[in-house]
Amino acid sequence: MKNKDLLDALSCTVLCPGNLDKEIKGCYIGDLLSWVMGRAQEGDIWITIMNHVNVLAVASLADVSCVLLAEGVTMEEPVLQKAQEQNITVLQSSKTAYQLAACIAQLL
Amino acid sequence: MNEILKLHYVVDGNNFSLAGQAASDVKKMLKTLGMAPDVIRRVSIAMYEGEMNMVIHADGGEIDVDVTPKAVVMRLADRGPGIADIDLVMQEGYSTAPDDIRALGFGAGMGLPNMKKYSNDLKIESQLGIGTTITMRVDINSRG
Repeated sequence: MKNKDLLDALSCTVLCPGNLDKEIKGCYIGDLLSWVMGRAQEGDIWITIMNHVNVLAVASLADVSCVLLAEGVTMEEPVLQKAQEQNITVLQSSKTAYQLAACIAQLL
Repeated sequence: MNEILKLHYVVDGNNFSLAGQAASDVKKMLKTLGMAPDVIRRVSIAMYEGEMNMVIHADGGEIDVDVTPKAVVMRLADRGPGIADIDLVMQEGYSTAPDDIRALGFGAGMGLPNMKKYSNDLKIESQLGIGTTITMRVDINSRG
């Protein structure tokens, strides 16, 4: 499964396309950055409500497949520009992290 | 890849949004050198945690990275307040990060534990009021 397959499956919005062809291997939920950094696996969808620029560093260094912002959280334009520069996919959904994870569990 | 690569970074303690750039740059360099993804990931995580600690606690500092055929060695030196009790800061969940930093998702008390977890060797030298130097080694041919 690839990032682009999430768009229809989760009815989510693309805030930054990044690499929509990136392969998805799993899913991780968390808002504490060091915790996510230490435990998320390469290729995980990262579900979070954190939306500031340091999220991009963690996403990039932990090699997650994409950042999936839950509960309608958005990201400011300058941060999204940085995400595009770093080729990081940022998606957004109005669903809760639990609802998203439940949908993703069916897909993986 | 027999030659040694040396990298040097000055970490700006006043620019929170730039924090992590040195780790990102090292990651790119190691990718270019064709290192194993597992090694790159461990170096990246260990270095990012160290870099964030410098920005959050020590007003920046300097990082030297040596890449040898056997290991990646990172030396992070700051002139911050120093660490009073090293055993305490090595405990998962212990943090002295201020509330505004915690609101951004930092301060989980996982920084140094992550650095230890992902490196093969971690050495902390610290003097109160003078600063802290952390040396981490990630071996290229063994999993941490």
